[in-house]
Amino acid sequence: MIQTLIKNEPVIAEKKASYPKKKNNKIILEIKNLKKNYKDVCAVKNISLTVTQGEFISIIGPSGSGKTTLIRCVNRLIDATEGEIIFDHKNLLHLNNKELRQARAKIGMIFQHYNLVYRLSVIENVLHGRLGYKSSLRGLFGVYSDAEKEKAVEIIDMLGLNEMIYKRCDQLSGGQKQRVGIARALIQDPKIILCDEPISSLDPSSAKIIMDYLVRVQHDLGITIIVNLHQVDVAMKYADRILGIREGEIVFDGSPSELSKEKINEIYGTETGELILD
Amino acid sequence: MTEKPAKKNLITPKKFFKKNKMQLTIFFISLILITWLTGAFTRFKAEDMVRALPKVGAWISKNILPVKQEKTILNGIEKTITVLDQKAIGKIPKILRELLETVLMSIMASTTAAFLSFIFALMGSRTTRLNSFMAVITRIISSISRNIPVAAWAIIFLFSFGQNSFSGFLALFFYSFGFQSRVFMETIDEASASSVEALRAAGASYPQVIAHAVLPSSAPQILSWILFMIETNIRSATLVGILTASGIGNIFDIYYKSRQYPTAFLVILSIAVIVILIEFISNSLRRVIL
Repeated sequence: MIQTLIKNEPVIAEKKASYPKKKNNKIILEIKNLKKNYKDVCAVKNISLTVTQGEFISIIGPSGSGKTTLIRCVNRLIDATEGEIIFDHKNLLHLNNKELRQARAKIGMIFQHYNLVYRLSVIENVLHGRLGYKSSLRGLFGVYSDAEKEKAVEIIDMLGLNEMIYKRCDQLSGGQKQRVGIARALIQDPKIILCDEPISSLDPSSAKIIMDYLVRVQHDLGITIIVNLHQVDVAMKYADRILGIREGEIVFDGSPSELSKEKINEIYGTETGELILD
Repeated sequence: MTEKPAKKNLITPKKFFKKNKMQLTIFFISLILITWLTGAFTRFKAEDMVRALPKVGAWISKNILPVKQEKTILNGIEKTITVLDQKAIGKIPKILRELLETVLMSIMASTTAAFLSFIFALMGSRTTRLNSFMAVITRIISSISRNIPVAAWAIIFLFSFGQNSFSGFLALFFYSFGFQSRVFMETIDEASASSVEALRAAGASYPQVIAHAVLPSSAPQILSWILFMIETNIRSATLVGILTASGIGNIFDIYYKSRQYPTAFLVILSIAVIVILIEFISNSLRRVIL
């Protein structure tokens, strides 16, 4: 799988349209009536959502609308108050500790602030993605198999970080750190990757590189991608499907072509002319 | 002004700076007033202190320095010369032996306390705690042992176990434990919160998260705090030693009470030298690890 990814170097978003889309309607994630309350504040109100395999979904909405809460409820970094999250035929909210670890191992995550262990090298950070598959004790002493190490090197090469492989992560640039984040998610061999504002701390050119990598991951590896984004133009360019969230509720669910300016203004609660996009 | 002033009642720059200056003046006036008031209550006069200083200096040079005046006959003329006090100088090996014991004791108290502190810090930290009940309990325990001064700990153990070096060790241990568990908690929260989240998201178990995220990111800071604790403990060891009759504090107490001031002064001097030396060593170590 990774070999094909390296061969298909110039896969970029514009080319995406010409790819024959595989109609694969296998449902991978189902969220039903999800609610999350923080004391008396309701961050997510009754969200239901069905995600099929291989989709690239962007979630947009104003700050505080519940995007981050929603995405973190999926892998239970935040425990939902009510509802169901069905991933891989299991309701994540009813899992015990061990089952939850197994489910999380199949869900990659990429963060706005990269969340790496900065004092460790690139390859050590990437291998952290394998911990979910290990018994507590083996993982404790950092026992990784040769196959895992080889795979880590392959993924690091693929993301263009081969010269950085033994460097400490605090010596990398923002864009490079985020690529380490992608590598850590990929080595999990995930079915789905959650991205919480992956490009919000990056300059435009690094942001484009990161988004291009995410598209390649979706296309060539068939991994479902769910991305929280602040940049509506980026969402429209890269996503197959856009979710607009406002005050904890889905107010738009459709393809980028269906997202009109009026709809954008509805999501952000603005009048025409108040957004940079106009 | 509050952060969102309405445009109409926005104050002028002139008024703003006038207000600033006024606040500064009030602050200084209050400071002077507090000094005067506390002085009046305790009948302490700063000018008395200044007047007494020369006398202190004279007394020190006469009684404390490990030298004495001797009369000798040089070329037929009687002269007074200053020579080293051999009695005090002869005590130096004994002083150094006690000093070494004190330094080792301080290091041991800091490092053994560090192990316990780290476990408590994991339980009490927002990032790594198991549940909020345990977090509260650990925070209370560490707060109590931190807020009891090291001298009070020494007295507590002195009553329980008598005057020996074990009581002294325990006093240093408990104070170090309270202090270190607090700073370790903060270090863990600061250094590893984000990577802990990432590893949990990848399915890592609790021990794995500790080994791969918490330890690597907070270890240098924690080591630096342990070095700081060793320095602090060597300083406190003098007082603790006086109370528990052990180590360098004990011999200081003996020489001081038997009026061997020059020898007692050598003890003080040796403590100062060793503290400066340890601080120098730990600063250079810190530069390497951070």
